[in-house]
Amino acid sequence: MKQLRLLRVGWWLQLKIRGRSTFDGLLGILYPLFFATTIFFIYRQGSDPTALVGAAVGASVMGVWSSTATSASSVLQGERRQGTLELLVAAPSSFPLLIVPITMALATVGLYSLVATLLWGRFVFDIPVRVDQPLAFGAAVLVTVLAVSLMGFLLAVTAVRYRYSWALGTAFELPVWLVCGFLVPLSALPAWVRPISWLLPPTWGVSAIRAAALGGSPWGDVLLCAVTAAVYALIGTALSGRLIDSARARATLALS
Amino acid sequence: MNSWRIFVLGGWTSYRALFSWLSPWILVPTFIIEPVFQVLFFASVGKSAGVGTATFFLIGNAVQYASIPCLFAMSNTIGGERNSQTLSLLLVSPARRIPLFVGRAMPVILNGFGVTIVTLVLGALVLRVDLPRSSWLPLVVVVAVCAFSCTGLGLMTAGIAMRVRETAVLSNIVFGVLLIFCGVNVPLSALPGWMATTGGWLPLTHGIAAARELAGGATWGAVAGAVGTELLVGACYLVGGLVLLAFFEAESRRSATLELA
Repeated sequence: MKQLRLLRVGWWLQLKIRGRSTFDGLLGILYPLFFATTIFFIYRQGSDPTALVGAAVGASVMGVWSSTATSASSVLQGERRQGTLELLVAAPSSFPLLIVPITMALATVGLYSLVATLLWGRFVFDIPVRVDQPLAFGAAVLVTVLAVSLMGFLLAVTAVRYRYSWALGTAFELPVWLVCGFLVPLSALPAWVRPISWLLPPTWGVSAIRAAALGGSPWGDVLLCAVTAAVYALIGTALSGRLIDSARARATLALS
Repeated sequence: MNSWRIFVLGGWTSYRALFSWLSPWILVPTFIIEPVFQVLFFASVGKSAGVGTATFFLIGNAVQYASIPCLFAMSNTIGGERNSQTLSLLLVSPARRIPLFVGRAMPVILNGFGVTIVTLVLGALVLRVDLPRSSWLPLVVVVAVCAFSCTGLGLMTAGIAMRVRETAVLSNIVFGVLLIFCGVNVPLSALPGWMATTGGWLPLTHGIAAARELAGGATWGAVAGAVGTELLVGACYLVGGLVLLAFFEAESRRSATLELA
């Protein structure tokens, strides 16, 4: 119960901080819209109107990943710069429970982006996205946002020793859009890429959202998204413990 | 002679001092991985939508990616100085402003040029695009002109950065505008009229069109007009950038907001 409260309070506090940040808040919504607009124009040239609807759904999820990838990779560097990293590590609460709310807040900003992209497509490009299974759609979106935030947590922990971690996060933005089938079907990618796609939670999340919106069976993909995300959370938790122990032993926590 | 030193040494020193980009940990992800994946992403989207060719997306995205160093580096010229608390020292110096700022633009043009050439080569290898050998040299010239014109726009963002604190946000927004309006992934003919008209006034639009024609086998003579227009657009932005810098410098001195923006 205490842990849940910590997650809730941390998430809300971080959401307020990130929501007021021009970079995480405003740009987190605008930047994916630039790409979505380009994608809508590309698909509008094609002759298949259903492809445009599918593209709208895929493009809407792009923002969730964008908002998380760049900022999550530099979360701990940001804490270090503010001089609060030692305080977080020294806190009696579990370290992952202090970091996950930050990446959850970033993914929640991405949720705004998801809604904004769907509305942008509806009102500017006249793309009629009718959600076939609203309940499943809501569940798929929530699980995807949670999965992306846990992926962001792993990214944040991995990048703790990397001074230029923001560049790492930015570099992952487009590859994940491509490899996870946000817009391009996995079957269109080279065969050797597909196993990589299966290991990434957004692949299952996007597939579930698309199935729930356009008709299909989303629950299997929702489950796979949740399972892969849980694996990322476990790896992140184990890794954070080892890295913090190492940083404490070498007294390098404040150094980058 | 002093102005020449400021132009050459000042520009190079500023480039080296302001940017940690020279670290391979930033250079490789930012200037190699990202642009190549942008090319691959849009080429795959185009293929999936049944629109455009690999060459179309390769040229558009490779040339447009020159805008990342050109915009970010130039706006960091002001933002970075402000962060290091050296902006007022820089502007209180008697150095002439044209060599000071244009000197800083020179390494940036080279950077933008290099990014586009590397992306073109790697993108062409991955997508198996065979550009005609006769187009290579003219393409290099077009890329250099595009890097120049985009740096002109970057100088304007540097001027705005005198008043805007969030230079990274500003540069990202301008990058997004160029992505949509300059015919990077969507031909101007497929954009609404007002967007195509706006694109004509932006850097890169004419350069990308010229590069695509060259890749399609056109001669230099056929694209010289478009390249000239690109050069002219770039020169206009360069002059506009210098005017903006002078204006906002005077405004910041008058209202004592140089370090506050």
